[in-house]
Amino acid sequence: MTAVLEAVGLGKRYRRHWALRECTLEVPAGRVVGLVGQNGAGKTTLLHLAVGLLEPTAGHIGVLGGRPAETPMQLGRVGFVAQDTPLYAGLSVAEHLRLGGWMNPRWDAGIARRRVTQLGLDPRQRAGKMSGGQRAQLALTLAIAKRPELLVLDEPVASLDPLARREFLQHLMEAVADDDISVVLSSHLVADLERVCDYLIVLAGSRVQLAGDVEELLACHHRLIGARREPANLPSGQEVIEATHTDRQSTLLIRSDGPIYDPAWTVEQVGLEDLVLAYMRRAGAADPTSYRGGGA
Amino acid sequence: MIEFHLDSRSGVSPYQQLVQQVRHAMRLGLLAEGDQLPTVKDVVSRLAINPNTVLKAYRELEHTGLVAARPGVGTFVTATLSGSSFAYGPLRQDLRRWIAKARKAGLDDESIDALFQDAFRAMSADQTA
Repeated sequence: MTAVLEAVGLGKRYRRHWALRECTLEVPAGRVVGLVGQNGAGKTTLLHLAVGLLEPTAGHIGVLGGRPAETPMQLGRVGFVAQDTPLYAGLSVAEHLRLGGWMNPRWDAGIARRRVTQLGLDPRQRAGKMSGGQRAQLALTLAIAKRPELLVLDEPVASLDPLARREFLQHLMEAVADDDISVVLSSHLVADLERVCDYLIVLAGSRVQLAGDVEELLACHHRLIGARREPANLPSGQEVIEATHTDRQSTLLIRSDGPIYDPAWTVEQVGLEDLVLAYMRRAGAADPTSYRGGGA
Repeated sequence: MIEFHLDSRSGVSPYQQLVQQVRHAMRLGLLAEGDQLPTVKDVVSRLAINPNTVLKAYRELEHTGLVAARPGVGTFVTATLSGSSFAYGPLRQDLRRWIAKARKAGLDDESIDALFQDAFRAMSADQTA
């Protein structure tokens, strides 16, 4: 299967600040990919590189087997919803759909109309007068009616209330089920990602800290709790991601290729949120200066 | 037909939750042989969940022989689990006797649970070693 997104040594520098560096990824097709990281970790930079809004400073990025935005054809294969779901405030819902039809060769007017009806949007209503949830849904409708193979969404639900967020994700997942679209979405809400994503990329300090299939990542990480001891004494094949100690007890979050046999440890499963946080903290400890990188 | 729900705080992955809920419904007799599971699309739009997760859960249930997919129609229950609880009867009795003994020895619920988990883990470790 071809990769929807592949990057080799990818980097982007603004003046002296690297917003993204040494990024190497290979995301298979048919996935819903969650991109997590703090503000300034490089999420938006990576997404903008993927849709061709930015040119790399270093390395290479490929999308659906081609270079981002290389040709009009390639542009049509990728749908993008930017961070603040930009719409034209003065244009109505119907006018947005007409605009979409003019600008996109593969535009599916039927899908667009059906979705607008299903969402209960008034075609005459201006975007400027709609709620945040409605605007996000309209932006998603425009992106889906393009019939893209890959949908890229930058923080699509960050500004929505819980109900609007759930409805947005419902419609997104229905589109994935109907059309086999691959999706890459960034978010800092790990609980939402846990429902919808089957592939995870953790960015921190401008670098990829972790990437892989969610189930596989959860299966190979464990929390070990036991009497205090030094992590250095662990068998090979077990990498410590995070260790905390009291005078008696050690708690380790480890990545391990195989099961844990040592009976001295109580072994627990690690939730997705704890896993993400452990990798972010590790990155922050290793490179405190890049923890709060400026800009996005 | 059953309705799925997801508990985001359970620590159990969404796909495992779906599998467990089907098994649970079968044990309780809420799902019997021939009953249809919700379509993937229904589960997706109800729970706002990744379709691959639902497919994976259904595949696992299929693999263990509990359900079968009929292409273009849906996924149907092909086995029964509710009857098997009779076979557990004597085991349940033993367990109840053991729990009564543990209470008499002064253990509270948490200690009983911890003791059970501990013994369970130790045996599992023995078997894999």
